[in-house]
Parts: sequence; C-alpha cells; structure tokens
Amino acid sequence: MKAFLILENGRVFSGESIGAERETISEIVFNTSMTGYLEVMTDPSYAGQAVCMTYPLIGNYGICPEDAESDRPWISGFLVRELSRIPSNFRSRESIQAYLVRHGIPGMQGLDTRALTCLLREAGTMNGMITTNPAFDLEDALRRIHTYRVERAVERVTCSKPYTLPGSGYRVALLDLGAKRNIARSLEKLGCQVTVYPAFTKARTILDDEPDGILLSNGPGDPKECGPIIEQLKILYESEVPILAICLGHQLMALAMGGDTHRLKYGHRGGNHPVKNLETGRVSITSQNHGYVVDASRMDPSVAVPAFVNVNDGTNEGIRYVGKKILTVQFHPEACPGPQDSSYLFATFLEMMGGENHAEKSEY
Amino acid sequence: MPKNPNIKKVLMLGSGPIVIGQAAEFDYAGTQACRALKEEGIEVVLLNSNPATIMTDKDIADRVYIEPLTIEVVEQLIDKEKPDSVLPTLGGQAGLNLAMELEEKGFLESRGVRLIGTTAATIKKAEDRQEFKDTMEKIGEPVAASMVVTDVEHGRLFAEQIGYPVVLRPAYTLGGSGGGIAHNAQELEEILANGLRLSRVGEVLVERCIAGWKEIEYEVMRDGVGNCITVCNMENIDPVGVHTGDSMVVAPSQTLGDKEYQMLRSSALNIITELGITGGCNVQYALNPHSFEYCVIEVNPRVSRSSALASKATGYPIARVAAKIALGYTLDEIKNAVTGKTYASFEPMLDYCVVKLPRLPFDKFIHAKRTLTTQMKATGEVMSICMNFEGALMKAIRSLEQHTDSLLSYDFSGLSEQELKKQLWTVDDLRLWRIAEALRRGMGLEEIHACTKIDIWFLDKIAALVEMEQRLQSEELTEACLREAKRMEFPDTVIARLTGTDVGTIKKLRRQWGIEASYRMVDTCAAEFAAESAYYYSVYGGENEVVPTEGKKKVLILGSGPIRIGQGIEFDFCSVHCAWAFEKEGYETIIVNNNPETVSTDFDIASRLYFEPLTREDVENIVRLEKPDGAVVQFGGQTAIKLTKDLMEMGVPILGTSADDVDAAEDRERFDEILEQCRIPRPKGETVFSVEEAKQAAANLGYPVLVRPSYVLGGQGMQIAIDDEDVEQYIGVINRIAQEHPILVDKYLKGKEIEVDAVCDGEDILIPGIMEHIERAGIHSGDSISVYPARSLSVHVERTIEEYTERLAKALHVKGLINIQFIVCGEDVYVIEVNPRSSRTVPYISKVTGIPIVPLASRVILGETLKGMGYHPGLQPRSRYWAIKMPVFSFEKIRGADVNVGPEMKSTGECLGIADTFTEALYKAFLGAGIRLPRHKNMVITVRDEDQQEVIPIARVFAQMGYTIYATSGTARALEAAGLKVKRVRKMEDPSPNLLDLILEHHLDLIIDIPHQGAEHSQDGFLIRRNAIETGVHVITALDTARALAQSMQSAAKESLSLVDIGTIAEPCYPQ
Repeated sequence: MKAFLILENGRVFSGESIGAERETISEIVFNTSMTGYLEVMTDPSYAGQAVCMTYPLIGNYGICPEDAESDRPWISGFLVRELSRIPSNFRSRESIQAYLVRHGIPGMQGLDTRALTCLLREAGTMNGMITTNPAFDLEDALRRIHTYRVERAVERVTCSKPYTLPGSGYRVALLDLGAKRNIARSLEKLGCQVTVYPAFTKARTILDDEPDGILLSNGPGDPKECGPIIEQLKILYESEVPILAICLGHQLMALAMGGDTHRLKYGHRGGNHPVKNLETGRVSITSQNHGYVVDASRMDPSVAVPAFVNVNDGTNEGIRYVGKKILTVQFHPEACPGPQDSSYLFATFLEMMGGENHAEKSEY
Repeated sequence: MPKNPNIKKVLMLGSGPIVIGQAAEFDYAGTQACRALKEEGIEVVLLNSNPATIMTDKDIADRVYIEPLTIEVVEQLIDKEKPDSVLPTLGGQAGLNLAMELEEKGFLESRGVRLIGTTAATIKKAEDRQEFKDTMEKIGEPVAASMVVTDVEHGRLFAEQIGYPVVLRPAYTLGGSGGGIAHNAQELEEILANGLRLSRVGEVLVERCIAGWKEIEYEVMRDGVGNCITVCNMENIDPVGVHTGDSMVVAPSQTLGDKEYQMLRSSALNIITELGITGGCNVQYALNPHSFEYCVIEVNPRVSRSSALASKATGYPIARVAAKIALGYTLDEIKNAVTGKTYASFEPMLDYCVVKLPRLPFDKFIHAKRTLTTQMKATGEVMSICMNFEGALMKAIRSLEQHTDSLLSYDFSGLSEQELKKQLWTVDDLRLWRIAEALRRGMGLEEIHACTKIDIWFLDKIAALVEMEQRLQSEELTEACLREAKRMEFPDTVIARLTGTDVGTIKKLRRQWGIEASYRMVDTCAAEFAAESAYYYSVYGGENEVVPTEGKKKVLILGSGPIRIGQGIEFDFCSVHCAWAFEKEGYETIIVNNNPETVSTDFDIASRLYFEPLTREDVENIVRLEKPDGAVVQFGGQTAIKLTKDLMEMGVPILGTSADDVDAAEDRERFDEILEQCRIPRPKGETVFSVEEAKQAAANLGYPVLVRPSYVLGGQGMQIAIDDEDVEQYIGVINRIAQEHPILVDKYLKGKEIEVDAVCDGEDILIPGIMEHIERAGIHSGDSISVYPARSLSVHVERTIEEYTERLAKALHVKGLINIQFIVCGEDVYVIEVNPRSSRTVPYISKVTGIPIVPLASRVILGETLKGMGYHPGLQPRSRYWAIKMPVFSFEKIRGADVNVGPEMKSTGECLGIADTFTEALYKAFLGAGIRLPRHKNMVITVRDEDQQEVIPIARVFAQMGYTIYATSGTARALEAAGLKVKRVRKMEDPSPNLLDLILEHHLDLIIDIPHQGAEHSQDGFLIRRNAIETGVHVITALDTARALAQSMQSAAKESLSLVDIGTIAEPCYPQ
C-alpha cells in the first residue's frame, strides 16, 4: 500500500506503507546511526516524533528483544529507505515489519530519506503527517500538521509508580523522565541498587529515601514545559546528594539554576558526535538525541561551569556545578545505540557517591 | 607549521613495486600524506623504488629517490639528506619492516632521527605474534588459541593439541604469503615449512581455525593525546578463511546489531589505545555468528589496503589525518577537508552501501589454482556505491573489467544438481555466480548457507537479484518492474537481453517513464551537514543533488579501473597528471573511475569525482548530467580507450587523437595500409579465423610464429608457436577468451625490442628517449627489463626510429601520446605495435628524462605546440643517467601459475634502477626487485641445447663470484667442456636425490631455467620453477635476463650505491 509523508512546508514524499496503516501527525526528525534501530524506536525521548533513519538498509538483523530501551516503541512513525526482507541474526525473534505492526507504529519505506534529511537540515525540524490515504486533502492536512505540538511528553513516558531494581551497592534514585533502560543497567553493572521514580515525584520524597546518588534521566519534549520538575530540581540541588544528569535531566538542571535552553535547528541525533571534555581536553565520540540545547552563557560561573562542549558546533554538552557533586551531560553515556566511549561517567558518578572508580579505563 | 616544531624534514618510505598484497593503495596513501606534510611546510624526502607512482613525482615531495628499498640505501639516504624524522606507517609492510630494522639496529638513534607516526615498540607489539598475543591477553581481548612456532615439530604438536584444522600465519610477510589452512598433519608440514622460510624472522603462528565466522574489520585513528575514533567498519561477505583482500566486502557492516557493532568498536579502541598507535590502524575480527564470541585476528599498525578502501568508502582521508597526527596535531584540531565544517574527531556516517570486489588474475594464469585462501591473490579491486546492496553489487560486478555485467556472466547451468551442490563448497572467484545458479534452481538460503557460510542476509540479496532476472525474463516489462530493476542497477544491456529486446528500446522506455540515474554526494555525515565535497555516486530512485557548474570548460577524464596484470598503476599516474594539467589550463576536470586504491579517486584530485563503473551506460548518465566539452581517453589505458566510440556517439568530442585513428592503429588491415603508406616494414603476418587457416599462415611465414587475438591487453593470449601442434593448442585457448575477434599470426623475429613514447602535436613529435629491452623479442614488453637510453643502437637505427615515429604519429593524426614498439634486426627496423595512447612506460620515461610527458600531451591536446612550449622536436638529448625499469612478479602468491616469461604479460609491478653507470643501474634494478645476491652461493643452470654456448659466459661470472653451479647432464657437459666446475644433479624424473630435493634443501640462490619455446612439453620445468619460487629461490627463464644479472653483479661488491634525486634531473637544455 502506498503511504505519504506530508511536511508542514507542503512538501509530500511518497513511499510504501510499513507497520500500522494509520495516520499520524508528529515532529519529523532524522537519526544518523547506522545500527541500533530498535534502540531508537524504543527510546522514550522520541515520544511525539517520527524518526527518519539516514542509513538506508534497516531491519537487517531483525528484532532482538533484549536490545529494547523500554518496553515499547515510542516513536510516532518510522521512515526508512528500505526494510530488509528477512532478518538475519542469531538473537532475532521477529522481523521489524511484524514488530511495527504488533505495536501499531505507522511508517513508510522507499522514500528518499536523504532528500528528506537535506530538507530537515536546511529548513529545520518540521511537523509532518504520515498517511495511507491517497486522497488526502493537503490544505486540511497542513492545518492539522501546523497545530501539532509535542506536549506533556514526559508525562506520557514516565513510569506510573516507583520501583526498585535488584542490587546491593550504592543506592541510586533514578528520576524517570523517559529513561532508557541502559541507564539503570549501567548502574546495576557497577553494583548499584536503583530505585526508579516517576518524573513528577517530589524532591522531598526522593530525599527522604536517602539515596547515595540521584540520576536525572533523558526524556522527550521541550524542557521549558517541565516547570514543576524544574522546581523540584532546585530542591535536589540544595541537598548534598551527588547528581548525574543526562540529556533532558541536564537541561532541566540548567533551567533550574539560571540557564536557558533553546531549540536546535535540526537537533543532534546519532552516534558520531565528538564531545570535548574541557577539563582534560580529551574528545570522545558520543551517542546523542536531543532537539534542545542548554545556553550556559548567562549562568553564574560561581554556580555552573561548562564541562563539555560539542566539537562540531560548539554547543554546550555538559555542566559542572561549582562546589557541588553535580555533573550534567547533554550526550548519552548509556549509549544504546552508539559508542560506549563515555560510559566511564557512570564510574565517575560512583566516585561522586564515595565509591572507588574501578573502571578499567576512565576514558579513551 | 607542524604542531611539533622539531619536525622540519621528514623521510617517507614508500612500498616499492606493486606486488599482490601491496598495490596502488600505498601510492594513494603516500601521495596524500606527502601533500599533507608539505601543506605544513615540511621538507619531504621520499624513497620508493617504484617509478610508476605519483608519490615519486618531483611535485609531490621535495627530494625524490627512486632507489631500492634496502636497509643500506635508507641508511645512506639518511646520512645524505639528514632528515630529523622518518614516517614509516604509510608505506605498507615494506616501509614498516625497513623502519623496524633500522630501529632495531640502533641506526636511527645513532643519527638522532626519530620515528614519527608510531613508535617501534608499538609496531613490535602489533606485528610480533607473541607480543601481540600477550598484549591482547593483558587487556582481555580474545585471540584464537595459538602458538608461535619456529619449527615444524612444535607446530605439529600444538596442532594436535588444539585440533585440526589450524590456520598458519607467518610473521612479517606481505598479503599473508606462505600462510594457509592445514586440515591434517601432512598439509601442516608442507605449509608450515614454507611459511617458516618466508617469514622474515622465521616464525609462524599456528592458530585455532575459526573459518566460517564472520570477518569484520574496523579502521581506527588515534592521536598523540589519546583521542580515538573509528572511521568505519567493514564486513567481509566471505567468512573467515578467505584473505580480506580476496573477499567480497561491504561497508558498513550489514548483519551486525548495535550491540555487536559497539562491542567490536570498543574492542578496537581498547586495542589501539593499549598499543599506543598514533595514526591509523586496522583491526580484524572473527565474530561467531551464533554468539557474541569474537577473536582479534590481526592488527595492522599502519595505513593499509583496507584503510584506503575505508577512506574511499567514507570520504574520510585517513592518510592525510595520519600524517597530521604524526606532526603532533590532535584529531579535534584537524579540519574535515570534506565537509569543511566538522573536524577529524568525528565518525563518518554512511547513508549508502559500499561493495568491494577483488580483481583476481586467473584470466592471466589460466592454469593456476583458483581457490581463495588466507593468502591474497587479487592484484586489485573495484568499489561501488549505491543506496542498496543489490545495486552496489551489480555495479561492482560490471566494474571488474572481466566481461561480467550481471550474475549471469558465468554459466553454471550445465552442472547437475549434485555437481552444483558439491561445487558450492568451493571458495574461488566464481562462487558468486555459482550461488546465483543455485538460487535460480530454487535451492534454499539455509542450504546454501550451510555450504558457503555466507550470511543469509547476503544470500537473500543475491536471491532478490535472481528473482529480478526471472521477472524480466517472464513478465511483461512494466514501469514498476523497470524502475525496480534499475534501482537494483541492472544495466540496460542486461535488461534488454533478458526481456528479449534491444538497448535502444529500454532506453526509450526509461526516458518515457522518467527512470534516470541521479547523483549523490559522499559527504561523510549522511547529509547531517552541508558538505563541500565533489565526490559523487549514482542511484536510481532518488533526487539528484549534483548541480553541474557553469562557466568553466569541462573535460571528462576516464580512469583505468581495477589494477590488473597488463593495466597497472601507470595509467592512474597518467590520469592524475592529465587532470592536473587540464586544471592548470583553467578546465573543470571530471574523473570517472571505480578503483578505491588509486590517487585518481582521492577526493581532491579532480574538480569532480564520479565513483562509477566504466561502462557505456554509466558514463552516458554522467555525460547527460555534466555535458562535458570533451573527453580524454588516451590516459586511462584500455578501459578508457574502449569507450571512445561510445563517447563519440553520445556527442562528446574526443580531445586528442580521434577514435577513428585509434581504430586505425588497432584494426589490422587499416594499420597495414598505413604502414605501407609510410613505407614502414613490419614482420609479415596474416589474419585468420580458424586453426586450419592459422596453420596455413604459419606454413607461409615459416615457424616460429606469434599467435594472438587481435584485440589484446598486456599480451593476453599471445604465444610463440614453433609447430602445428602449438598453433592448435593456442588457438584453442584464445577462442576461450575472445571469440568475436580474428586471430593474428605473425612471423616471429628474434631481434632487439625497442620502445618509444612520443608526444605529437600534429606537426612535430617529441621523443623523450628510446628504451631498449634487455630480453629479445618474444617476451612481453611489460615483462622485459627496459633500459634508457638504448645501449646498442647505431645512429642510423636511432634516426630510423625517430623517422618512423614521426611518420606514424602524423599518419595516425596523433594529438597527444603515442607508444610504438619496434624490433631491430641488425640495421633493419620493424614496427610491431602502435598504441596511440599513454603506455606503461610513460611515468618511467618522464621521471628519468625530466620531461613531463603527460602535462605536455595534455597541453598539446588543448592546442599548444611543442615548439610553442619551448621544445625542440624529435629525439631529445640523453639524460646523464642510465635508468632501468625492472619487472616484478608475484608468482609466489599464485599457486599453480607457471613461472616463466613469454609474450603474455605476467608481472604485477616494476621498480627502477638509476645510476651513472649501466651496471650500477642494473644492479639497483635487480636489488629493487628483491634479487639480492649472493647469499648461499649455490645455483642451478638447466638450459636448452641451443642455449648452451650462450650460457657459458654467464656461468663463468657466477663461478668467479664463488658460486657452486649445479646443472643437469646436458648443460653440465657443455659447462665442463668450457672448463667450469659443475656439480651434476639428476633431473626431476630421475630418482631421488634429484633437482627437486636440491631446491627443497633451501640453499639455492638462483635457478636459470630456460624453458623450451612453445607449449611446455613436460611438466618438469613447470614443477622445478614452481617449487623454486615457492621456496624463495629466484628463477630466471630468459638468457638475456640471466646475462644482465651476471653483469650487474660487478656492482654488487661496491661499498655504497650512488643515490640520485629525481628532482635534479633537469629538462633538456638545448644547444643555442
């Protein structure tokens, strides 16, 4: 069946329908990772967005369930050049086609993903509609596309109640703003006992549980929409509990402490972004997925100093809070998909909590 | 300014002659690195014995030495030029080995010279089997169970312990020479003994066999402060067991999930960090297809063939970045020259699929074993880029220059079901076509996978292509079907054939339905950033993003395709210089080529690079988009020349010599007419179509005769026949290769062979010099030792050659280059071949005469005159040096290939000897080719009766040097009669101990074995030569070569060699 992608600027791409045959309106973003499509689909940060994979051959190794970063796909739609006819991997349990259908994710293949990427790069992230209705009314579609906003996304993706994962070491409170599984898994590997809290948990509740450290996770949407959470972070800041924050967590902490955030033209989504550690001068290749970025320039240098910077475009990639055991990063040390080069940050976090850094290598 | 201010003058080591396992990729890497160094104001001293390279151009380095790559030469050169640093990691294994030896000897330290790029300790950790294993164990990186052995007995014991099959890998050899898989004790003993001998340090690794696992490679970069990135990973379609150089390879990996991808990536970064490499590095893995288990197979602490491929596949200039790192820069300080925006500290993301196929030489070695093993056999490779795997594979297949255009190009339909199944186990160059046939017959993916161990993902893609073949054959050609066939890159010719129509119809349908190729940019970043690159590939079913520029005149330059015997790196040299010359004249240059190893496909050589197959259709698509003002075909060898007519039909003017005149030189009858017109004699000959006619012709001419197909490349199919039996056999062979063309039977003249390259502007000619072959006529010019200036020609003969060249160039209306081969018998000069295009000798003669032939030819093509450029027409004054081009062979790599020289070309590369005296030049040339005598001072001579008198003075020279000469009875008698001391050795057919035992004792330096002309009547000679080559004994099969070697030995005793800076060879200076 034919499918169409209608962009807010009126541009229409056509292709073949994959997954669920339903209409969806969302933001359209692209991701440049060459592997890790399941990780992308199940990353809650993509809630409200349809993802275009720039790598043209997708689904080659099927669906390996243990690679999922949450228990369901969060993307609104999936745009690919070509889905593999057969999956080939010893761990694959089903084809990507079956997976998309099973989860009701609409999408299309056969569209010119490179042309779409160039367009998004030049015009910036846009809204769009995926539909299988060949008789769509462009005017009506555009009106609906224009009014679409990614709203209350964190609310949608966060867990409904707290739960604790097995572990015996340091007790880490993980504030689930849309956390990828590998964050908890990385902490578990270091022996931590992780308790996951819903995004809107009061700071007091968390602090009352006396965690050794707090991890603010990644998550979807515009950070400025998360006013109530930001308020709670101010309280967490005041506590002496060490904090590591990732992506949305990083942005929210910056907003809490006088920083600003703004939308990037087309975001950073992929696994090849070079990030420089301003303390050591070392560059790591990182996994990234963010449409908003922190502007740290107006933050009081006696409160917050930039810790990491993006080598490509100079945007902020991390902040160290002066006199505090708080480190926040824009990129994803939990990788999945993408390079594991910055996984040492979890060990750093362990150190912040008073543990020894047993990581064999702190950094490449 | 280099980051490290102590680096001011750098010695770069090149990789020497092109041999299997070390080819054009090092010219590409070296040239890119030299340019990167010069950009920083570094003075570059270059040493490489290969004159056909671009890196040995005086524009590329400041001081260029085309001298043998030996320790003595490097030491002498360091003392002469006093560089402060040596950069060894860009010259392949040859350069690396030299650097290691210098370091181990303490020479570098004694001269205060440092190794930059990577330290000796690092190189040792990566290259030394035991140190490597220990290092991997230390950081917890798994390697296959293995042991380094220095004798066969320990190898056998270990193999029994870990179980057969085992893989054997000799330390420090090229392209896995001497390695292999042993399935039992007997095979082990054979391969191991040989491997031990070939290894520089007498070590062989005996390893658990992981054949059948996925083979994955990562290209990694690391800077001096420890930042690392991976440039790309590649997946070998062939599982472990086939050398990666012979494997079908795809980039990026296709069947790895992110978990596997990142696991191996992290491992690669761990390894490069632990080894402390600064620069580029290649890590090869075996990955168990049924688990996360993996083994590190090998690490190359230098740029390699794979890194050249990775550079071209991603657009990331590895050699350039490695050179900058060597100067002390960090990755985040080096700009990404492709995007112009990002830095070298990022990882390329591909939004396309790249396929590499090896170019194997079995068309030249028709009797060789075609099986692919851990020892590399390919002479070159092709790469293709497409949005899908099927398309990339189809493009690569038609780029091979092997008369292949699809999965139907080799016919296995005659095999029975059972035979086919059996043959699926065979791993050779035809496996792809056999798999296609199995799929056509409906064999299941799993069943094929069970035999081939090729991942079913790839098999399914091949199946998709086979299904399309069947659709085209059986269904009506709808728009959707044609669109899909084109998306998979079926050429119009194949679609026409399958649908039973003609190409014109398909083309019309495509125009009608708007199915056109569009072009995409290789931008390193999957379109995330706007890039400035001018590196393109075509796709069907996507938007065109390449906008032709306006204003400048445009010239299309066709490249030369994969490196293969007969068409080597020389033509890339010519293409690149042509591009540079046209650029200087204000042209926009457009290169089309498909060889990832070459300089011509570097991203900043031409104004625009189209990485595409060199077929009519592919070129036509580019022409439609770019509308070039003209095309140059005379520099790209046969590959480019064969497209001349097509280009004209597309309305593209051929710049330089016209297509019609090219045809006149190749068409026998037209050529004869021209010779007659010009009153130039050639050996008598006839054109025939059948064996009977050929025998009649031979009778008319009188034996011996030369038999060959009329369209030849590198003498393919050419043979000397001494009787009717030979004629019958040869014509049989020829007809297997090229049926459509007539066969030429010529009188064979046993004279001196002379060669000239000339530039003609329509009025005048310029001959930079006359080259004389050491070997008499009958040996292919590419396999002959070539001497400049000619040694033994009378003034009259030289005048005649000059005169004939001028007449021919004018009669053929040559504008640009012409290459002519002559035979001189006494004072008579005959023409044997004329090629109105560039030739193999152009780079060599350009360098040794100082005359930039390609730029001159390019300017002539654009309308300038030789006189206008300040040249006196005619034969140019001699240069002060003797310069000798020596062919280099790769016989040891090709099991079953006959080791002898003849009319069909077999050499893979060449080196140069240049000196003030003839003998020193000759000595250097032999030395450069790896013939380093004396060693054991034992040799064997076995010649034909008619050669016995001629061989005596040669034997005498070696005897005087203290050689013990072994000879078979006939030869021994003749030598004894001449008063030489000889040890008799029994022939092969005689009982042991015989000649074979002598060879296998490993104490021989040299065998002079002159085979009978004509078809080999016994297998003896073949076996002697084969065994000799495989045990590392030098084999000489032509008396003239043997004489030259003997003569060169006069210089062997010299304390030191004179070193010549090519840059000091000035252009001719004419008397006022």
